[in-house]
Amino acid sequence: MKNNLSLHTITRIAVFIILSFSLYLLFAGHNNPGGGFIGALMAASAIVLLYVSFDLKTIKSVLPFYYPYFIATGLILAMGTGVSSVLFGYPFLTQFFKYATLPILGEVELTTALVFDIGVFIVVIGVALLIITTIAEDDA
Amino acid sequence: MLDTVAWIVLVILSVAILLCFIRMIKGPTMFDRIVALDLLGITMIGFVGMLMIIQDTLVYTEILLVLGILSFFGTVALSKYMEGGVIIDRDSD
Repeated sequence: MKNNLSLHTITRIAVFIILSFSLYLLFAGHNNPGGGFIGALMAASAIVLLYVSFDLKTIKSVLPFYYPYFIATGLILAMGTGVSSVLFGYPFLTQFFKYATLPILGEVELTTALVFDIGVFIVVIGVALLIITTIAEDDA
Repeated sequence: MLDTVAWIVLVILSVAILLCFIRMIKGPTMFDRIVALDLLGITMIGFVGMLMIIQDTLVYTEILLVLGILSFFGTVALSKYMEGGVIIDRDSD
């Protein structure tokens, strides 16, 4: 067994920084640089950093997810926002927005594009991690 | 005054990036190339920071964070590859 103490310590701190940055990119995405795709790639890189720093068996017991379900959930969410605007008589993928006042955040702009972006986020995380773990599990 | 200093710093950082490239191409061993890649990422963070000072803007801050994360991650992955030939271990015990 190799001694990777410094890498493990750095990873435990850096993963949370990268994950919070990815959430920032997701929510900044509508009017600023960012968006669901970029945020999901950052989140996937954080989880891949966990895989690289620890090993496949440990992270599988920590994150016991079956990644194809992520792809299906995200696609249903993203398509649902498109289809729901059709149900109300608007063209496919029409977006609506409303300014609302939330308790802590103050006045925020709530859009249906954010729900679409969250769907893209979940799809991209699922695809990236599915590809990487499938390649890593392959017998060399 | 600050503008002149910032341009001089940009020129010096460009020379540093060029030297990193030369080390990456020439580097006798793979470890030299890995260290040069890490240093290239850090130097590019400084370069973009100076560019933000010159243009007096804040829109490049995400680039700084992404560059730092990707350079750290690339260094870790390449070092792991050079150490054992396997990037993601099946079972490290």
